[in-house]
Amino acid sequence: MEKIIEQFPIVFQALNSGFLQTLKLFCTTLLGALPLGLIIAFGSMSKFKPLSAVVRTFVWIIRGSPLMIQLLIIYYFPGLVWNNPIWGSGENGRFLAATVAFIINYACYFSEIYRGGIQSIPVGQHEAAQVLGMSKGQTFFRVILLQVVKRIVPPMSNEIITLVKDTSLARIIALHEVLFTGENFLTGSRGIAGEVWPLFFTGVYYLIFSGLLTILFNKIEKKLSYFKV
Amino acid sequence: MAILEVKDIHKSFGKTEVLKGISFSMEEGQVLSIIGSSGSGKTTLLRCICFLESADTGKILLDGAPLFDGDAPPLKPAAQRHLQTKIGLVFQQFNLFPQYNVLDNVTLAVKLRAKERPDFKKNRKQIYAEIEEKAKVLLAKMGLSDKLENYPCELSGGQQQRVSIARAMALEPKILFFDEPTSALDPELTGEILKVIRELAAEHMTMVIVTHEMNFAKEVSDHIVFMDHGVIAEEGRALDLFENPQTDRLKAFLSSHN
Repeated sequence: MEKIIEQFPIVFQALNSGFLQTLKLFCTTLLGALPLGLIIAFGSMSKFKPLSAVVRTFVWIIRGSPLMIQLLIIYYFPGLVWNNPIWGSGENGRFLAATVAFIINYACYFSEIYRGGIQSIPVGQHEAAQVLGMSKGQTFFRVILLQVVKRIVPPMSNEIITLVKDTSLARIIALHEVLFTGENFLTGSRGIAGEVWPLFFTGVYYLIFSGLLTILFNKIEKKLSYFKV
Repeated sequence: MAILEVKDIHKSFGKTEVLKGISFSMEEGQVLSIIGSSGSGKTTLLRCICFLESADTGKILLDGAPLFDGDAPPLKPAAQRHLQTKIGLVFQQFNLFPQYNVLDNVTLAVKLRAKERPDFKKNRKQIYAEIEEKAKVLLAKMGLSDKLENYPCELSGGQQQRVSIARAMALEPKILFFDEPTSALDPELTGEILKVIRELAAEHMTMVIVTHEMNFAKEVSDHIVFMDHGVIAEEGRALDLFENPQTDRLKAFLSSHN
């Protein structure tokens, strides 16, 4: 116990900087995947059959294979197969590759949530807007969108909390996120070696962060509870 | 000149012909009711006039301007939207926008349309104030002055339907269509909707009503169209038609509705 108290400040500082990387990956993934998912959703709902077929096949491949494999392929494929390591070296390169993999993967999951949400809005809402002379764009942004948002908050919060923990998969390409940082104290880092407790302790970061997100999503749900869809 | 002219409208869904050549016309200020059993094509006819379905052949004219012409290319979206605001439609299921309160439900489309006015930027505040003022007058007429801030989920079915009538009226349409406006309501609530329609009729609002309320249709309508299996089986002045039906089909229909 005394040993842990002695090591704690060093470990805490290292894990904090690791978690900062986790947080960065989380935020950039959301920033990219939320809008990209909407575009993919419109593609998969397109009345132009070849487009929707291509988009749906892509979504199937991404959702149907492990994110870990996608990370490995995206990170190593350009360098090993094309002899063109586009990501560059070092932590920045790893972060870029991880971001791309996560955005593509999560955009596909989000797209299906968007699609379900959009298609669940009764056709009467579109018709009512149309007979009132609203354009397609006005109908979507002024009438449909907020109803979709309300419907998709629960499945979205689920997916986003999964993302918190999925960021740890980036450890497979040695991104210095919080899990990787904790694991380093097993092999030796900052004068500490053979310690497993920092690795276990990383779980606390995920717990606290997903707890905060849960509170945030409950607030959003409450905020939207003034109307029923 | 007739305000609404429907000429030989045909409409099929797949192999099923739902409208088999419908023609009728009506004058401004008249109330026309369309009656007939379920599946006779009443709602499809209404939806074809209101741009929610596209007829296959025939012509529909509003005030002489074509809403639909089977021989001409389809209307451009902008032209259609312009004509769309001249006709109001009240749905069986109300279809209010759940995230807006009563006042916003009524003003939303009017405010969006006002944005296209050339003087909008300069007089925005004044234009919005006028729109809201008009909407409040309309809602007062519907007996909803105390519900302006309420959301649709807080209202009864009858109140929701009255909001949707006000919403349709807010665009000042030339003609107002009702698609079975009381069918989704409990019997004790239909009365308040019928009262509103009666008041509109007294103000000579031009209306087309698809309804199963025979007594109401008889009382409020100038003209009745009886549809059966995609054709107009009989039509005429309301009293004549109900008191003295000519066809066996209408006789059978009326006796089953009494």
